[in-house]
Amino acid sequence: MAVDQDLKIELGKQGVFITTLQELYNWGRRNSVWPMQFGLACCAIEMIATTMARYDLARFGAEVFRPSPRQADMMIISGTVTKKMAPQVVRLYNQMAEPRYVIAMGACAISGGPFKQGYNVLKGIDRYIPVDVHIPGCPPRPEALLQAFITLQKKIDAQPLTGPGRPRFLDAAAQGEFPVPVPGEHDLEPAFNQGVWPLPVLQPGKKD
Amino acid sequence: MASSPYFSLAVLFLAALAFGLTPLALAWLWARFFSPPKPSLVKNSIYECGLESKGDAWMQFHSAYYLYAIIFLIFDVEAVFLLPFAVAFTGLGVAACVAMLVFVLLLIEGLAWAWAKGVLTWA
Repeated sequence: MAVDQDLKIELGKQGVFITTLQELYNWGRRNSVWPMQFGLACCAIEMIATTMARYDLARFGAEVFRPSPRQADMMIISGTVTKKMAPQVVRLYNQMAEPRYVIAMGACAISGGPFKQGYNVLKGIDRYIPVDVHIPGCPPRPEALLQAFITLQKKIDAQPLTGPGRPRFLDAAAQGEFPVPVPGEHDLEPAFNQGVWPLPVLQPGKKD
Repeated sequence: MASSPYFSLAVLFLAALAFGLTPLALAWLWARFFSPPKPSLVKNSIYECGLESKGDAWMQFHSAYYLYAIIFLIFDVEAVFLLPFAVAFTGLGVAACVAMLVFVLLLIEGLAWAWAKGVLTWA
């Protein structure tokens, strides 16, 4: 049941606090995110700085990085994903507990970045797993990661618990497994997951 | 029953139990009805830092490691038995002392063997 925002503020002025189950549930969820402890490249250094005293990710309830995917529900792809590393990243994502969220941190994680033309660099992790927040930058500053985390919190806050658009873990029919790519003769096979990364339309004459 | 001096304690114990178990039960019920599990082969596989686990955990160790076992027995396990022996030493008879001496001598034999093998030499 939706609560009229004006009524809520008016009641708040009178000392009456009202909420809905959905708001309460999402308030709890967004303030207790457990990030997974792993870093891929230089962006990881900025990620580490974000968790430390100066930037203090703990203010947002996500300071405890878990070394096991079983205890984590947020993955920060911090750095270049090589084609050798991509299967491991996708497997770890599969092993994480639901509901799981992904922040792709830095130019490399979102597109391959400066190493995009490299033969062994994955051109964006969103080819295999659904990414919730992309952060540009090379590397992004800790403030950018904080901004991304706040964006993710807003996203979690806005998720309805029922009906279309509800999070994947509340939907029995939603996809639960994301295929782990295997190294093929020339590239990873499959080269992307059609379910999360619909193939962009190629424009003739435009070099990729 | 209510007159028992432990009655209030029992009530508090039950309240403490309920305080801990109710959230757990609620969380379990919530997960049961609203959060369908999505197990899969990849999700349920052994966690190996993202790598696929290879082989069996029940592997054999090479018999060449027996020297480590001997050294461990002499310097670690022996102390566990020597300490109670030393504490109770004044109250022990001759037979107990001889038994302990045999035990220590057996271990010293192992030390001599390890010494002869050159394990104690800093490489």
